[in-house]
Amino acid sequence: MIYREAGDFKTTYKDDSQTFPIKFDRWGYYVILAIAFLVIPFVINDYWANAVFVPFLIYAIAALGLNILIGYCGQLSLGTGGFMAVGAYSVYKLMTAFPDVSMLVHVVIAGLITTCVGVLFGLPSLRIKGFYLAVATLAAQFFLVWLFNKVPWFYNYSASGMINSPERTVFGMIVTGPNTSASAKYLFCLIFLVAVAWIARNLTRGSIGRKWMAIRDMDIAAEIIGVNPLNAKLSAFAVSSFFIGISGALFFSVYLGAAEVGEAFGIQKSFLILFMVIIGGLGSIFGSFAGAAFMVLMPVFLKNVLVGWLGWPTDLAAHMEFIIVGGLIIAFLIIEPHGLAQLWRLTKEKLRLWPFPH
Amino acid sequence: MPDQLFFAMEVTVNGLMAGVLYSLVALGFVLIFKSSGIFNYAQGVFALFAALTLVGIQNGQVPFAHLINSIFGTNIHKFGWHVPSVLAIILTIGVMVLLAILVERYILRHLVNQPDIILFMATIGLAYFLEGFGDIMWGSDLKKLDVGLPQGISDTIETATFNWFGYGFFVDKLDIVATVIAVILVTGLTLFSQYTKQGRALRAVADDHQAALSVGISLRYIWVLVWSIAGFVALVAGMMWGAKSGVQFSLSLIALKALPVLMLGGFTSIPGAIVGGLIIGVGEKLFEFSIGPMIGGATENWFAYVLALLFLVFRPQGLFGEKIIERV
Repeated sequence: MIYREAGDFKTTYKDDSQTFPIKFDRWGYYVILAIAFLVIPFVINDYWANAVFVPFLIYAIAALGLNILIGYCGQLSLGTGGFMAVGAYSVYKLMTAFPDVSMLVHVVIAGLITTCVGVLFGLPSLRIKGFYLAVATLAAQFFLVWLFNKVPWFYNYSASGMINSPERTVFGMIVTGPNTSASAKYLFCLIFLVAVAWIARNLTRGSIGRKWMAIRDMDIAAEIIGVNPLNAKLSAFAVSSFFIGISGALFFSVYLGAAEVGEAFGIQKSFLILFMVIIGGLGSIFGSFAGAAFMVLMPVFLKNVLVGWLGWPTDLAAHMEFIIVGGLIIAFLIIEPHGLAQLWRLTKEKLRLWPFPH
Repeated sequence: MPDQLFFAMEVTVNGLMAGVLYSLVALGFVLIFKSSGIFNYAQGVFALFAALTLVGIQNGQVPFAHLINSIFGTNIHKFGWHVPSVLAIILTIGVMVLLAILVERYILRHLVNQPDIILFMATIGLAYFLEGFGDIMWGSDLKKLDVGLPQGISDTIETATFNWFGYGFFVDKLDIVATVIAVILVTGLTLFSQYTKQGRALRAVADDHQAALSVGISLRYIWVLVWSIAGFVALVAGMMWGAKSGVQFSLSLIALKALPVLMLGGFTSIPGAIVGGLIIGVGEKLFEFSIGPMIGGATENWFAYVLALLFLVFRPQGLFGEKIIERV
């Protein structure tokens, strides 16, 4: 009754091409934004921020970045962890070198540095395709992690080889370091997520997004109809690495506070984000959010159930988590290979016809 | 001759031996990729699972002991018997065949005609599942695998080379055994695929699924067969690595090492897997030996991938891979 286009008259071209053409969707979006900015910051506490909200926001940024590369441009990448590490180490060097500059600037510059690295490792994609490219990006993953481990300049010659995020501010509010309040962490990440999602949404429905999709669907055909594969592939790598770099910078400076590169940005991280993208849905902005939420919430949920309710020892629960995650991934792929986003699409179709489906 | 040269030669020989082990894992990948077009990420975890099962059966461990104990409050760990190695290996092969049947029945059958990336993701899911499952079934502590393979430095080679060159080469006996077994395995697989009925069916499926179906070859049977063989190859690889460095989680990471091997050799070629493995094995040992000390060491972590990457830029289908033909 409420979820349909009927009666929602568009009188300008601008209205006609808006992101949420259905009024109900549009209002839902405004309400979610309002809750995210005006309600949650005042009720959030440390547990919820650290266990759920901050990781969700940061992983959602990374998933958006990877989704642009895999879902929109069709270039399979397993180097996400390495690119996140680039973001983290750049922001660390910037934070320690220029303590007075706002964190907002640092994070964006860290993203730009990651962009350069990403484009560099994206160059082979012009010749290598599919799984072969995945292994080429694995080279990035292992090489970058090794580099940050072996060159002491990157971790400022600290004895432990760890990087620790010092206390830095944005407009006088502390956003990194041990004294940060839960709501500051949350808001800082949220601002980046909203900005990144807005950019991603508008890029993917513009001409550049169409070029990416043409390359994804068949690169030779795309080339013939006049899409320049060099520009399209490298721009996808650039945008994707920019987002992933931002998420890596936030992951280290806001969420972890102290990081060791092999542990925080290893190959497992690359797979985790790949799972988010696949379970959420390839080539869908909403899917990136859904996948990130799913992969962040499920371990928390499982831990509460297995350790909290059933009283299992933690190592057993950790193994069980592996089994359940693996099983769920397989089950998801069998039941709905297009991910949570497709389920949402089907739900919306049903909603439009409800209550008279015929 | 100068000592440095002998040293380099020794490193090369050891690199060849390590390369054989990479090839063994890569072989499992190639078999599955050729016959079903699936890039089986779980191959490394297969090796881990097979080795865990072998040790567990040998030592008479009670499966799921930890789980049972923590749910029912009991305290059981072992049956108290010791199974001889040969019997344990046969039983483990049985487990791997069962695993192949289950994989075909519950995963592959439902994913026919899906895009490659979905199948790839499914095998990553399988890898996670098996990793947790193996740990819950047999416990996650480091285990010693002992199936009676010779260990230690080979004295004969050391004395022989000392007599020839005046410098004794250190070569691990286990590496020699691994090489012999790998040669037998590859010969066996080649003979099997050339001269038996099942082998012919296998090659037919690898060539063209639809044509194979139309002449009456059962795809499901072939898939079970191929995954069983891959399970068997994984068992051999798991035994070798397990005897070398103990059965532990890091065993599953050798799967990732097998990827650049495949890239170099080409996805579809069995000789490619062997040659690629040898190149990577020798290359990374020599690089670590010659350049490694200058740039901080531990280059083995990434050398293989970077080598594969540089190589692919010049030859995108690998050394022996089929030429990639693309049509619009």
